Amino acid sequence: MKKTLKERLAILSDAAKYDASCASSGTERRDSGRSGGLGSTEGSGICHAYAPDGRCISLLKILLTNFCIYDCAYCINRSSSNVERARFSVEEVVWLTLEFYRRNYIEGLFLSSGIIRSSDHTMEELVRVARTLRTEHGFRGYIHLKTIPDAAPALIEEAGLYADRLSINIELPTDAGIGHFAPQKHPARIRSAMGDLRLKIDAAAEPSFRGRRKRFVPGGQSTQMIVGVDGANDATILASSANLYGRYRLRRVYYSAFSPIPDASKALPLIKPPLVREHRLYQADWLYRFYGFDVEEITRTRPDGNLDLEIDPKLAWALANRERFPVDINKAEREMLLRVPGLGPRSVNAILSARAHKALRLEDLGRLGVSLRKVRPFIAMLGWTPLRLVDRSDLRDLFAPKPEQLNLF
Amino acid sequence: MLTILLDGHGELAEWRDAARALLLAGIPPERVEWRRRDMAAGDLFGGQTDSSPLPPPNPQAPTPTVARTFLDLADAVICHSDPARFALLYRLLWRLQAKRSLLEMKTDADVAQADRLEKSVRRDAHKMKAFVRFKELPDSAGQPRRRFLAWFEPDHFIVGRTAGFFQRRFTDMDWVIATPKGTSSWDGQQVRIDPTPAEKPDLHDAADDLWRTYFAHIFNPARLKVQAMQSEMPKKYWKNLPEAILIPDLIAGAEARVRAMAERAASDPPTFHHRLRAREKKDG
Repeated sequence: MKKTLKERLAILSDAAKYDASCASSGTERRDSGRSGGLGSTEGSGICHAYAPDGRCISLLKILLTNFCIYDCAYCINRSSSNVERARFSVEEVVWLTLEFYRRNYIEGLFLSSGIIRSSDHTMEELVRVARTLRTEHGFRGYIHLKTIPDAAPALIEEAGLYADRLSINIELPTDAGIGHFAPQKHPARIRSAMGDLRLKIDAAAEPSFRGRRKRFVPGGQSTQMIVGVDGANDATILASSANLYGRYRLRRVYYSAFSPIPDASKALPLIKPPLVREHRLYQADWLYRFYGFDVEEITRTRPDGNLDLEIDPKLAWALANRERFPVDINKAEREMLLRVPGLGPRSVNAILSARAHKALRLEDLGRLGVSLRKVRPFIAMLGWTPLRLVDRSDLRDLFAPKPEQLNLF
Repeated sequence: MLTILLDGHGELAEWRDAARALLLAGIPPERVEWRRRDMAAGDLFGGQTDSSPLPPPNPQAPTPTVARTFLDLADAVICHSDPARFALLYRLLWRLQAKRSLLEMKTDADVAQADRLEKSVRRDAHKMKAFVRFKELPDSAGQPRRRFLAWFEPDHFIVGRTAGFFQRRFTDMDWVIATPKGTSSWDGQQVRIDPTPAEKPDLHDAADDLWRTYFAHIFNPARLKVQAMQSEMPKKYWKNLPEAILIPDLIAGAEARVRAMAERAASDPPTFHHRLRAREKKDG
């Protein structure tokens, strides 16, 4: 008997939840105010709900089908899994997106698919959903499409006309890892697909001789790496990300801690997902993109090339580079202020703005909402000079979590 | 002491008119008491029910000017429900006449307080854009435009501030957003704001059931992080979110689901997998 829409929605959201991305930010601004139709994107993304896993639900994230001819060991939808299979029609996905959007449950659609028949056939179906939403229904909300690496260039080009973001998952940080756990995937082809997309995005950004730019994937491309499947350390993972950001100008690299799936593969025993490690990787990624850190600086602090799980990577860097502190809040340049544990871009901007008018004291920082406990050991300013950091041996203990106390009955 | 009474529904204009007159008359902030009209009316102990008459402008006073950044800040701060917001803004306006760069002094107590109120209004407005849930009205079918109604409970007076966002987004449908702090609506022609407190309507929409299905199945039980969820979606919002009713059971059942996944022995692949892999081998 054919499964109901609700039953298939259950199966095809279960199938999609291991993709971490749910972002709806960073695209162009547009709305339906004057043009009619439905939907808008206004720069910052919106999380319309949060699941008890703490993740933002911004988009309707589903698969068109979870039938798949690939057999990637870590994937819930691999061909060797006995997970229940289902598929949506193009019209059903369009209907769900519009009805969910009208009720303000979502910002838009993130559509992916298992590979069925061929790459081109699968990609064609994804594009047809996006085309129908944009051209038949005047939908102006957010659309993120997964691109299939081997799909024909013309299909990717058409996808880019309708989608805000395209993504291809690199899956694992090393080629050897992909070869072992995802034997049907080809790292070189994934990279060349990313490279082609980057060229197309760059070309569209060039103004034509009439000064117009072409609208093409305004939210750029992103990818995902699964953490904890192969033996790669954090230094390898972050170097791989830096390469992706640099060479293919990706907007985001997502890290997804390998998490237990129903009907797991024999080749890959289930573990508790390394959530703290995933969190530290995101923090390190942030330091690389917004704080001016090199990847090597962040990963050099420990000999095994992994990030410290107990303290955040910025603090770990500061403790490993104590000779750079204390930083004078009233004199230091922005670059160095950003390296002070406990100061973020917002507080650094506020400091730069305020210190142009008067010399700042410690209590001024408190008024900016900065945690004095955290910054105090690393800064000097009017009314405050810390102990010389190099002289303190207990500094790590000030920040590392206390050992857990045993409970007596 | 002068008393100024305002409606305080998040409209900057009434405050701006009064503040401009006070400034022109050279009245310093410590001589003004700002109050909300509805609060003053309920005050049995001789509270004024009308604003004090404003003194005439001082002919020698220079025309007051103020930077755009202050007006943007004031436009947000005026929506805050803190009764001290009117006085805070007038104090800032007064001090700005002597010190043009005051707002850059992020460590100044008044500036820091205004920034805090602005941030809180911004967050409230952001959460409203996120957590409003429209329900389709039963008589919507067959109408030329579909009709939706939402109920939301904001902390601050942000119904007017967010109306433009909903109009730009939900242009092709009629909608009403009712709240205890007023109502906004759109009919395809005009956005209307009514400051009268509304009552919670009783409405059902069949689509909520599909949305709950999605919410339950996009959740990964192996990554339970209840704190992270609640810091972004505090419990005060749950009563108006159709999906929130599932949260306690999803949390309670998570551990058992993960254990079941781990205990289950690996199964034999389905037959189509064997066919696929055999063909792969043949094709080389």
